[in-house]
This record gives sequence, structure tokens and C-alpha cells, in this order.
Amino acid sequence: MDLLRFVLMRLGKGVIVLFAIAVLNFFLVRAAPGDPAQVMAGEAGAGDEVFLDQLRQQFGLDRPLYEQLWAYLSNYATLDLGFSYRQQQPVLDLILERLPATLLLTGAAFFISLVLGVVLGALAARRVGRWSDSAITTLALVFYATPLFWIALMSQIVFSLKLGWLPNVGFETVGGGYTGIDRALDIIQHLIMPALTLGLFFTAIYARMMRASMLEVAGADFVKTAYAKGLSPAVITRRHIARNAILPVVTLAGLQAGQLVGGAILTETVFAWPGIGRLMFEALAQRDYSVLLGVFFISSAMVVIFNLVTDIIYRIVDPRIGASA
Amino acid sequence: MNAFTRFASNRGAIVGLGLLLLLVAVVLLAPLLYPQSPWRMVGRPMGAPLAGSFLLGTDTLGRDVAAGIVHGARVSLLIGVVSTVVALLIGVPLGAVAGYFGGLIDDLVMRFTEFFQTIPSFALAIVVVAILQPTLLSIVLAIAIVSWPPVTRLIRGEFLSLRSREYVQAAITVGQSTPRIIFTQILPNTLAPIIVMASLMVATAILLESSLSFLGLGDPNLMTWGYMVGAGRSRIIDAWWISFFPGVAIFLTVLALNLVGEGINDALNPRLRKEDRK
Repeated sequence: MDLLRFVLMRLGKGVIVLFAIAVLNFFLVRAAPGDPAQVMAGEAGAGDEVFLDQLRQQFGLDRPLYEQLWAYLSNYATLDLGFSYRQQQPVLDLILERLPATLLLTGAAFFISLVLGVVLGALAARRVGRWSDSAITTLALVFYATPLFWIALMSQIVFSLKLGWLPNVGFETVGGGYTGIDRALDIIQHLIMPALTLGLFFTAIYARMMRASMLEVAGADFVKTAYAKGLSPAVITRRHIARNAILPVVTLAGLQAGQLVGGAILTETVFAWPGIGRLMFEALAQRDYSVLLGVFFISSAMVVIFNLVTDIIYRIVDPRIGASA
Repeated sequence: MNAFTRFASNRGAIVGLGLLLLLVAVVLLAPLLYPQSPWRMVGRPMGAPLAGSFLLGTDTLGRDVAAGIVHGARVSLLIGVVSTVVALLIGVPLGAVAGYFGGLIDDLVMRFTEFFQTIPSFALAIVVVAILQPTLLSIVLAIAIVSWPPVTRLIRGEFLSLRSREYVQAAITVGQSTPRIIFTQILPNTLAPIIVMASLMVATAILLESSLSFLGLGDPNLMTWGYMVGAGRSRIIDAWWISFFPGVAIFLTVLALNLVGEGINDALNPRLRKEDRK
């Protein structure tokens, strides 16, 4: 079947990307100043000769470069991303423990920004030139230029420290002892600020794109036809213009999954959200390079999988894509 | 209307240009305004803005926030411009080669570009700076590495469409050498989109640099806006101004660059602008 072949091809492409990232990681370790074993051990493990010897043996650091590369890649292929001496845990376990929080945060931010962006952009396009259009366009411009970490900090001051509306940091109330629905509500309360601040930048992008896309489609011939056959402007906007205008916005949103992950590193750092972004920040402070490279690899894998899923959904939803590609 | 008057009649672009000129003036006058090192303790720690002799207050170590902002402006602009130039130096040749020659070369270059577009760019920048140790050079390199792919895509597209134009075909027919055609016939015609993209890239690079130094990945010898926001974080309840004002500086700079970039774009592509107004 055609779809199956497409999925297999995209899967193959994804595997190649991940393979290339593993190779990139290998050379990054070698590009670091100092002994590769010490780089992999991190600051905490660099003083432990037994651990260093173990690493040298495991990665064959006394053998030729291509054998080292092979050893490194075989480890990655079995998802062995190294061992964090500092945390005394395999890197993969550390990451998997933190992954759900990041998926929740990025998922929420993605959803919020896409819905808000599309709605605001469509609104602005319908009222082009009027004050509500100017307001939305200006806001989009402002949020597009605001540093993510700064707006996160500022909303933390205003909404939690001054107004006390939302919890300051963390994933849930520590020692709250909530279960079931109460726990979910507690987590949502903690999620609102990180997800909104992370989503704002992307909302700005999608709103601008949606507005431009709506205006472009509004000039198309089939829209003129729709007017000519006497449809009401509201129906035309909703069913003829918005539906077509939304496609490039969704395509762009799919491509920006990687940026979302990058933004999550900053948001999680500010809000002490226990995800892989926060893990990366902690690894940075502790010079725990194996964790750093592991998070980089897994977040790339997340993006590859996300792109794969959106591509497949597109193929199913919009048959025109299959015909042209 | 020519491009210049179109730019001048764009209110946003003029505001952006004004802000940008102000910033450049601040950078040039920094040695006169604040001749002392921004790292020096000059007053009581955490002094409120306007309370003492310090316009924007002092930070946790009694350093003048205004002096930090003025000196940080130079670093931000420098890194923004230099890393954009480096990204152009990587992106333009790759895009030109891919678009001009097409075929297998195009395929290879585009696969390579796609690869870099798939990777979460901020995570890559963090890893590169952390592993190479944070210095001015590694930061510029990291920002350039994550910024070049859109340039390649843009230039490739331009080359693809310009290559089939009659004047390029004519140049091929009269036997001009390939480098000469690329440099004297096609490249000058891609200058307008490159300028627009470059001004927007400087804005993104400044945001990226401030995010890196916020996480503690700035050059330890340089006072930067992102570092100031990050350093003020722990005392944000009692001394909000330490983090607030550097953030405003980043925001205004990035906003100004975006406004100017869009202004140039509208001025150089009047056709698109008209559609936008409809």
C-alpha cells in the first residue's frame, strides 16, 4: 500500500537523522578540551580513576577513532546514553523520569498557541485595518520580540508573588497529598503559567501567519465565485477562507516542534518544572556532559517522532499532499 | 514611490530605526557615559531605581544596573551582527551551489539543511557552547550553526528561479564562467531578500544570545543583558528592577530590528505590501 511505503520511508529518514545526531554527539565529546573520558564522566566523576578506567574500557578510548565511534554508536543504538556519575543513575532513566512533565508542558503550549493563534489571526484578517486588527497585530509584534525567560520571570512576579493567583514553581503542591481529580486540578494550576508563557511566542507567530494566509486566500478566484453565488460573508470566511488558510499555519506549527522543545528548556528553568529542560539546566550547572548530550539526543528524537506523526496525519487528512509529493 | 520613500512612510519602521540609532549611540557613548567597568561595585547592594544616584538601581552586589545595560548593549549588538555574518557565510554559498547546479548536489545540500532544521536548535546551541566552554567565539559559532539553514533555503529558491531567467541564459550562451555568472549576474539580484533576512536574523541572534547567557552560558568576562536577568532571578521579590530593565533592553532591541526588517521588506516588495493592505 502507498501509505505504508510512505510511513516506512519517513521512518527510515528519522532513523538516519538520529544516527547523525549520535555521530555529532561523538565528535562534540572529542571537540571538548581535555580527555574524552573526563568529559563523559562530567565534573563529578572526573576525579574517580576507577570510573574513568571503566569508561575508557567501555568506549575503547585507547583504540583507533573509528572503533571508538563504533562503540559509541552501538551504545546509543541500544539506548544506552551513558551514566551520570553525579546522580548515580543511567542517563536514560533520568530522562525517562522527566519526560512526561515535558510532554505535558510542550503539548499544552502547542495546543494553546495553535488555537489562540489561529483564532486571533482569523479575527484580525476579518477586521483588517480596524482597531481590533491593529491591536492583535501589535500584540503579536510585542510577544514576538519579548524574551521568553524574561516574560516567564515577570509573570511569576505579577501573578504568583504579587497577586497570589497561581502557584509559583513546581509541578504540584509538595506534600499536598492530593489524589485523583484533586491532583489533576492541582497540576493544571501549576501548568497554566509555564504553558501560557511558552505558548505566547508561538501564538504571535501563528497569529501573524494566519492573518497573512487569510488575506491571501481571500483574493483567490474560488472566493469570488462563492460571493458571486450569494453566500453570506460569514459562511465564506468560515468554510472557504479559514479552512484553506489554516493549512500553511499547521504546516509551520509542525515544523516548529524543535523550537518548542528549546523554549521548554527556558520555561522549565524559570518555573522549576521537573522536565528534561530543567534536567538540562541542572546538568549544565554540574558540567554533567553525558546528561546534556543525552537530553539533546532524546529531544531530537521527540521532534523526529512528532514530525513523523504530523506528516502521516497530513497524508490522511489532505490527499492533495500525497498526489504532489 | 521609490523604496526609500516607502520606508520613510512606514511608521513602525521609522520608530524601529529611531530605537536602533539610539542603541548605536548608547554603544558608541558607553565609554563616556559609564567609563568604569560594569562589574565594579559602586553603591549599596539592591538600591531601588531613582532612590540613590542610580537611575535604574543597583544589583545584588551593588553594581550599577544602568552601566550594565549600556555595556551589555555592545556585546548584544556585536554577537548579533557577527553571528549573522557567519551564518550568511555558511548559508549563502551552500544555497547558491544547490540552486545553481541542482541535481545531486542540490539533493545533498538540502538533506544536510533539513537535518539541521530538524534538530532542536536551542538545545544544539546549549550543547555546543557548554562543551566548547562559553567564550565569545563559541557563542558566535553556536548561534551561526543554528541560524544558517533558512538562509540556504532562501538563496537556493532565489537561485533556482533566477537561473532560468533570460539574462542568465544569455550570460551562459556568451560563455561567461560559472563563478562570474554566480557572483556578477545572480548574487546581486538576491541582495534584497538577504538584507531583509539578515536584519531579522540579528534580532533572533540577540534573543538566542540572551537566552544562553540567562542560563549561565555567557562569556564570563562580558556583561550581557541575559546574564543580568539571570543574576537578578534569586532576589526577584525584593529587587525586581535587576531583572526587569535588562529584559526591557532586549525587548526594545529585538522589536526595533523586527520593525526595521519588515519596513525594508515592505519597501522592497511593494506588490506584497499592496496585497496586505487590501
